[in-house]
Amino acid sequence: MANAKISNLFGKELKVVNMGLDSFATDLKSVNVPVVHMDWRPPAGGNKKMASLLSLLAD
Amino acid sequence: MAKKIVIKSNSYFDSVKLMSISKSISNMDGVAHAVVAMGTDINRETLHKVSLNTPETETVTPSDLIIAVDAEDAVIEEVLNSIDEALNTRKTGGEDEYNPRRLESAIDVLPGANMVVISVPGEYAKEEAMKAMKLGLHVMLFSDNVPIEEEKELKDFAAEKGLLLMGPDCGTAIINNVPLAFSNVIRKGKIGIVAASGTGAQEVSTMIHKAGEGISQLIGTGGRDLSATIGGSMMLRSLEALNEDPSTEVIVLISKPPAAEVVTKILVEVEKVEKPVVIIFLGGDLNALANSKAQGAKTLEDAALKAVALLRGEEPKEVEFTIDKAEVEKIADAESAKISDKQKYVRGLYTGGTLADEGMKILESKLGGIYSNIPFSPEFALEEDLKSVKHTCIDLGDDVFTVGRPHPMIEPSTRVDRLEEEIKDEEIAVLLFDVVIGYGSHVDPAGEMIATLKKAKELYAERGGYLAMVATVCGTEEDPQNLDEQKAKLEEIGVIVMPSNAQAVRLAAMIIERI
Repeated sequence: MANAKISNLFGKELKVVNMGLDSFATDLKSVNVPVVHMDWRPPAGGNKKMASLLSLLAD
Repeated sequence: MAKKIVIKSNSYFDSVKLMSISKSISNMDGVAHAVVAMGTDINRETLHKVSLNTPETETVTPSDLIIAVDAEDAVIEEVLNSIDEALNTRKTGGEDEYNPRRLESAIDVLPGANMVVISVPGEYAKEEAMKAMKLGLHVMLFSDNVPIEEEKELKDFAAEKGLLLMGPDCGTAIINNVPLAFSNVIRKGKIGIVAASGTGAQEVSTMIHKAGEGISQLIGTGGRDLSATIGGSMMLRSLEALNEDPSTEVIVLISKPPAAEVVTKILVEVEKVEKPVVIIFLGGDLNALANSKAQGAKTLEDAALKAVALLRGEEPKEVEFTIDKAEVEKIADAESAKISDKQKYVRGLYTGGTLADEGMKILESKLGGIYSNIPFSPEFALEEDLKSVKHTCIDLGDDVFTVGRPHPMIEPSTRVDRLEEEIKDEEIAVLLFDVVIGYGSHVDPAGEMIATLKKAKELYAERGGYLAMVATVCGTEEDPQNLDEQKAKLEEIGVIVMPSNAQAVRLAAMIIERI
């Protein structure tokens, strides 16, 4: 079933990982939604060539 | 004057925070320029423009923070301290909060994590979203500037994995009653929404709430989902999921007019759905839906009210005004009577893109061509300086206004500045605007406009005329900014606040038609 995971999500407690703007995590906390805000930084210090090599390794 | 450049290597802060710091520092006394930004190519160019570049700033990377200040000697230390303070105090959570660097670690900290909200710069978005889906997470991708080929790849992968991929450039979603990014506090209910438009979804969901009903899910798809390249992938899968969802009884689909072949695809799917479906292809031809079981709607408000009617087993109908028409005519008469002969035009200053679009469509049907930065036809495009002419409607959230500045829903000063410019024009008769509240938006968007609106009223009175102001507040009384409080602030200074954008625009046009 192509959408089984979407149907499974409906009605479950939402648990959110926030990557980027920290105000989104602050808003979720204010309504008591479980959220982890990541300390996100550009991969490989923003060096795109290095980042794409690293992403190949990760696969 | 002194110039001071500080580079903090490997120190990442998000752009919204940095832009708001740059702006508040630039407003300090004695400061000529202040740039607090990550070391991207665009930001390095900005430094060149204000002559704050040095050999050191030429070698920074996007993960280095640049602090560059041009200020009077006496204040420079204070300025640098204020920047440090702003950077340090704005981090989410307390000192002891753990903010993992890797997604795998984030999932370890939050067992059962099922959704990731991604708002990193667009060039990194695809990698991060792919990683998240490989780990089994549903994705809300807020980031923009993601190439459409990457969107295609992401959505194909999401379909294969059976996951939600909302976006890119998805600003609004409410999943399991949790508002994500720019969303309102909406009662839980039985109407499911799938939207390729953020403020479109906000207007429809808040109108459903105002009508006494609620929503089961609000799934955002990103604005390009119904393009020929993407083929409606997320909307079609969401439609199927909502059809199977026992909590959803009526479904609303919202989009700007899709590619023709995608309309056909969607209508084929709609026929398979067992529940009533309302479709709004904003500004699109309703005839396209003539042979469909779906109810077509012309405005966002119509879509909401038709969904409510279908849910209640009532006959859906189109609504012009939800308050007594005679009452509205009285208001239009009274307002137009105060306007001087010199004043002729309506100026719409919008922060919500889809609301601007809807406003222009209605104005055009009543007043003829509307000039804009997002015109319906090239002959009504504003000149390069974007100065308003005749009847003009501006989308202040458009890219031309947001380079180096936060979106006006987050930072109302873009619109306040624009308003200061507009009121120099003695020919304006009606000012039309939206106030979009809810999570993500500024804490007091109406309050930020009050001083300038008051000044405008006084200015037109001094000129022997009157500036009519018509607005709509998109939100609910349960939003953090509170609909009623925002409305009261505007009404106190003589702004007429209508129950929906469509009604506000109709009233604005009625006033113009009477002068």
